[in-house]
Amino acid sequence: MNALIDIAVPVQSACLHCGGPVSAGERYCCAGCRSAHQLVGELGLDQYYRQRQFDPAQRRPRPEANHQGSDLSAWVTTDESQAGGTPRAHLTMMVDGLHCGACVWLIEQALLRQPGVITARVSLSTRCLSLAWQPETTTAEHLASIVESLGYRLVPVAPDCLRNRDEAELKGLLRAMAVAGFAAGNLMLLSVSVWSGHGDMAPGTRDLFHWISALIAIPAVGYAGRPFFKSALNVLRHGHTNMDVPISLAIILAPSISLYETFTGGEQAYFDSAATLLFFLLIGRYLDLRARRLAHSSAEQLMALGGEAATVILEDGSLRDIPARDLKAGQRALVHVGTRIPADGTVTQGESQLDISLISGESVPAKVGPATHVYAGTLNLIAPLTIAIDKVGDATLIADIKRLMEAAESRRNRFIRIADRIARYYAPFVHATALLTFLGWITLGHLPWTSALLIAIAVLIITCPCALALAVPVVQVVASHHLLKAGILLKSADALERLCQVDSIVLDKTGTLTVGRLELQPGYDLQALAIAARIAANSKHPLARAIARAGGDLVPAAPVTEIPGQGLEWASTDGLWRLGSAAFTGQADDHSSDHVLWLLDPHGKAASFHLADPIRPDAVAIVADLAKLGPIEICSGDRSAPVAHLARQVGISTWHALQMPADKVRRLEELRAAGKHVLMIGDGLNDAPALRAAHVSMAPTSAADISQNAADLLFQGDALRPVTLAFAIAKTSERLMRQNLALAIVYNVAAIPLAIGGLVTPLVAAISMSTSSILVVLNSLRLNARRRRQNPSQEGA
Amino acid sequence: MTILLYLIPTALTLGGLALAGFLWALKSGQFDDLDGAAQRILFDDPADTPPKR
Repeated sequence: MNALIDIAVPVQSACLHCGGPVSAGERYCCAGCRSAHQLVGELGLDQYYRQRQFDPAQRRPRPEANHQGSDLSAWVTTDESQAGGTPRAHLTMMVDGLHCGACVWLIEQALLRQPGVITARVSLSTRCLSLAWQPETTTAEHLASIVESLGYRLVPVAPDCLRNRDEAELKGLLRAMAVAGFAAGNLMLLSVSVWSGHGDMAPGTRDLFHWISALIAIPAVGYAGRPFFKSALNVLRHGHTNMDVPISLAIILAPSISLYETFTGGEQAYFDSAATLLFFLLIGRYLDLRARRLAHSSAEQLMALGGEAATVILEDGSLRDIPARDLKAGQRALVHVGTRIPADGTVTQGESQLDISLISGESVPAKVGPATHVYAGTLNLIAPLTIAIDKVGDATLIADIKRLMEAAESRRNRFIRIADRIARYYAPFVHATALLTFLGWITLGHLPWTSALLIAIAVLIITCPCALALAVPVVQVVASHHLLKAGILLKSADALERLCQVDSIVLDKTGTLTVGRLELQPGYDLQALAIAARIAANSKHPLARAIARAGGDLVPAAPVTEIPGQGLEWASTDGLWRLGSAAFTGQADDHSSDHVLWLLDPHGKAASFHLADPIRPDAVAIVADLAKLGPIEICSGDRSAPVAHLARQVGISTWHALQMPADKVRRLEELRAAGKHVLMIGDGLNDAPALRAAHVSMAPTSAADISQNAADLLFQGDALRPVTLAFAIAKTSERLMRQNLALAIVYNVAAIPLAIGGLVTPLVAAISMSTSSILVVLNSLRLNARRRRQNPSQEGA
Repeated sequence: MTILLYLIPTALTLGGLALAGFLWALKSGQFDDLDGAAQRILFDDPADTPPKR
């Protein structure tokens, strides 16, 4: 089988395992991929390669070279008291690099083929692997190493960490919805027969039907109404009122008074109304909560758990891997090439370059040597470093940034959603109307209190906003579906409403207005590039990577030595080639703002390559569009010259350079104090606090993980067009939400006189409730039709 | 109308069975990973049959 596959794809330019670029004639990009491909073949899981689909947002399944597994024993739980006496060990791990169902299948099957494994299940929604095995047969570390050798990264998590509150709440709502739906359906069957048999039906049969209805409705309402009762009790205790109070009143009073009617052999019972109302309301509540739940980010988990391993150098000089969160100040740690610095500290040994984009957003790496201060989270690129740790955990710069984010979040004006704003006025109105109706019928109409109460309940049911509860969530569901198709992920449910209020925009430079990676500029020598690309293929340095990419990922030249901070040297058969900085190649440094690499041939002839971070292709047009909404400015951590240059290029007149994370937040707060609603678009870790402080924020999916977390919306791709698209969809959905709310209220208010007049029978209540809900849903679906008219091509995609 | 004495309990029992089925499915975690479940069906080879081809 394995051989068949190999023959079937004889000519290919992608690595057989990870699909990454390979040198001509090679089948694998690295030894790790070769052994992973072999392992998959040995396990008989080749189907994986045929059925997988790469998700461009995920990292390639490329195993990390000489990865050393860390000690997992802290996360393993063992229960001894299993039937049969064999103990079972459990472990939950977050999987990084899941692309599709094939990855899930591959991981599960590979693990299940190991002796001792009892269950292995990967959830594509939560990206979690739950494992159970017999501890005497195998170990957690062995099982984890198998998954890691296939190219996935694993981070152990505490199992209860994932069952967060939202998840449990959603499940509870779904359960309540099922019960309410069951009750509503069956009660309607009984009610319809009572209504249609009106007059003909013998009182005995009607009473029997009412009794059965009571039997279904009372437990169902008691169970399914709990979310509303809880919320109503909660606000009442604080002396407020919200929409849940009249809802709770209606769904408690309606069955109670109907029960009384049933006892006394009355004609009218509102059991079905209570259950149907509850069912509709629960649908709205469920959709709303699901939309509000933030997208899970594995990155936040990573950060929160300090899951990355660190290598500590012990007193006797031996090395040990421990979780980064167990590091202590004063210890020395060894940072391998390609790993992140585990804690803030000072370099004691080694010279290297660090990718500091996580901290500053800068794409050009920083040189470090002995006595340089380094920050947790930066990536070591070239040579191993020994650092003396001085700050760990909460004291690190990353932790500072997270604190800054939390502070910004707490200062942000609490946005009141449109539905809540309306409910605030509507709820007292409902209470008052129902109460006045009740009192009016007793005093003026001289009705017995039970009949008056029945009419008051009809008022409560009629005014109850089941359409109001559906008005906003349904639009949100439809809108977020559209955004997703356009490559925009809506992360907070009310972001669309907030987007509509934006009248000022702040942009980051690197990675937001620009693409965020270096690219070779035109004006180079093609032959020189061919050689430079082969030399550059040996290095992980971003400048070298850009050259190698531009040259088309050729076969690396050998033997090449890397001189940290200067360049690469290739000892070819006809002499020594050098690729590197002006100083390294003996050229005059003209200190231009571009990044320049020089190639020096053995005869002393030099060629230069200019690299730059290109502007996003449609930046100028989109900036012009956004300028119609309000003033735009750039807030960048970069130096003044490049910021000014870029501002001129895209046509923005206001810019601020050299901004630290706290400066950006301060700038946003100034704008807010001036009454502006700011949209912040940024990508770096240094933007994260500002993203939280803004009224609404967007980040590209290429952004630092923590910034993706902080932003309200994420957009894919190299273009900025999704920003204006999000505005368009937000505007449309805002209009639809308003229409829906108006529709729902008009409908309810129109029915109030009927209810006050005592003309609303249970039949009328049931019909009006269903039709108003259906109208609102249909109106929301018009968003589909509208967008299809506007974007016929996109719809087909 | 005595037929009602059979029909109503029958209707309620059938509805109740469906409800119980749904609640059981919810509890046993079948709604936990809807994305995964949609893709899982595309792969054969149950875990206990060793690959022989």
